[in-house]
Amino acid sequence: MTSAVYTIWLRNWKRYIRSKSRMIGSLVQPLLFFLSLGFGLGSAVSSGGDYMKFIAPGVIAMSVLFTSVFSGIQIIWDKQFGFLKETLVAPISRIKIMIGQTLGGATSALIQGFFMLIFTFLISGLSINLGIFIAILFMILIGLAFTSMGLAIASRMEDMQGFQLITNFVVMPIFFLSGALYPITNLPAVLKDIVYLDPLTYGVEGMRYGLLGTSTINPILSLLVIGGFTVIMISLGGYLFNKTKV
Amino acid sequence: MEKKKEMIKVKNLVKKFGDFTAVNGINFEVEEGEIFGLLGPNGAGKTTTLSMLATLLEITTGEAYVNDFDVATKRDEVRKSIGIVFQDPTLDDELTAYENLDFHGRLYGVPLAEREKKIAELLKLVELESKKNLLVKNFSGGMKRRLEIARSLLHEPKVLFLDEPTLGLDPQTRNKLWEYIKNLNKKKGVTVILTTHYMEEADSLCNRIAIIDHGNIIISGSPDDLRDQIGGDVITVETEDGVKLEKVIKGCKGCKSVKHHDGSVTINVDNASKKISEIVELVNHNKIKATSFVMHKPSLEDVFLHYTGKTIREEESSPIEHMRLRRRMWHGGGK
Repeated sequence: MTSAVYTIWLRNWKRYIRSKSRMIGSLVQPLLFFLSLGFGLGSAVSSGGDYMKFIAPGVIAMSVLFTSVFSGIQIIWDKQFGFLKETLVAPISRIKIMIGQTLGGATSALIQGFFMLIFTFLISGLSINLGIFIAILFMILIGLAFTSMGLAIASRMEDMQGFQLITNFVVMPIFFLSGALYPITNLPAVLKDIVYLDPLTYGVEGMRYGLLGTSTINPILSLLVIGGFTVIMISLGGYLFNKTKV
Repeated sequence: MEKKKEMIKVKNLVKKFGDFTAVNGINFEVEEGEIFGLLGPNGAGKTTTLSMLATLLEITTGEAYVNDFDVATKRDEVRKSIGIVFQDPTLDDELTAYENLDFHGRLYGVPLAEREKKIAELLKLVELESKKNLLVKNFSGGMKRRLEIARSLLHEPKVLFLDEPTLGLDPQTRNKLWEYIKNLNKKKGVTVILTTHYMEEADSLCNRIAIIDHGNIIISGSPDDLRDQIGGDVITVETEDGVKLEKVIKGCKGCKSVKHHDGSVTINVDNASKKISEIVELVNHNKIKATSFVMHKPSLEDVFLHYTGKTIREEESSPIEHMRLRRRMWHGGGK
């Protein structure tokens, strides 16, 4: 019964297109980063226009990352407002619920990413070529991986109290310690190790390869790492969601 | 008389949360077409029992069957057989009434044409057809409950589970909801099992009830049977000196039972009109201050009092009950 997965996805989709404020709200932050860093910091480094282009994949990844993690965590609201019971008592497996939620979250994350993609192209004057499909592939993987991560976290949480904690201690570090905003070639050794342990680094690098044609990390390696991370996160999300109680 | 199919069978059902026993080996059956009520105070184990029957909570020991399917091993079959309305709302506020029903129909694999037909029919039944495209967050508590009842029937379940269906609703809405439930039971022949701690609800809705307290079923039967078991009449004396009165009445011949509870003494007698003068005399003779004497036929409240020694309200306000409740929440079970 794949229609169960579609049903869950459809519900997520309806909620997404109805929450215009959330849609706009989660675009503001990456856009702010893009404009202030791109124009501000960009003017300080020698070739300003190039820096804007350089961080374009980074801020797109940022919007995908934030939207997907929070879409995953949304399930806590369903827990608190009781709706999760309605789905859990239905004659469908939890895995299908989990897959539907993940696809739903990844879809909205991807659309938010597309919006950012359009903004960055308009503002930084990136040229459009077939590499965009490579970037989209990486965006999909980032979306799936981090929605699952959000779900995994939400499965272990009772209420929204830990929400701020997760933003500050999980999402923010993942973003800032990836190579989204700075080149990863000449980093101090300690930082470099951490950056290379951050799965988002490979997502951003893959997107960078797609959009700019060059990247520090080999795109095949990026694909393998972020792909592997996605599989692990989906499994973990599925495992923890399966154990969640209402 | 031909014996009807047993839609629910429960044998020695036990649920433990750690070292706390929430349900302590209960047994009951519900026949097809019945409205069966589990009556008891908060924390008595009603919701826990219902959750186990609905496959949401694992059984510690014992057996339970719904529509002949084993709750422990045939989860999906059980789930298809039941419709459930939880104590707290489980609707998606951001979706419309129609979308909430549509979501449910899809999850239960109801085909499109049938789904549309049933949704229209059920919305009409609960008088929400004019509100079908309104977001649920704009609904009142009563409207939400009605929508949930409609939703629970969408996949044509054999048994409807209602957990405290009228909790938190105003009396008018409550009466209306009772009508809906009775109507459903009559028109669709759907078996209903509900939990409640409202005596009137059990009395007016249920063909049969089981009084449950501290995880045990104390007694079960039809509301009339239960009242008849107490028999005779009840005299309730309101007094501040209940302890003394209880002692005095215990010496009175023909007083079948005496129970003292929050500010009144309840006396069970064969014929109240013949006994009342004797009791008034006893009260006066012993210089007990009484504010009122009331004679009435036994109510379910008296039945509950008779078998548990307390009124349902006393049970709920006792500190031990609060501890039980808190523990239950701590252990994450029940709800």
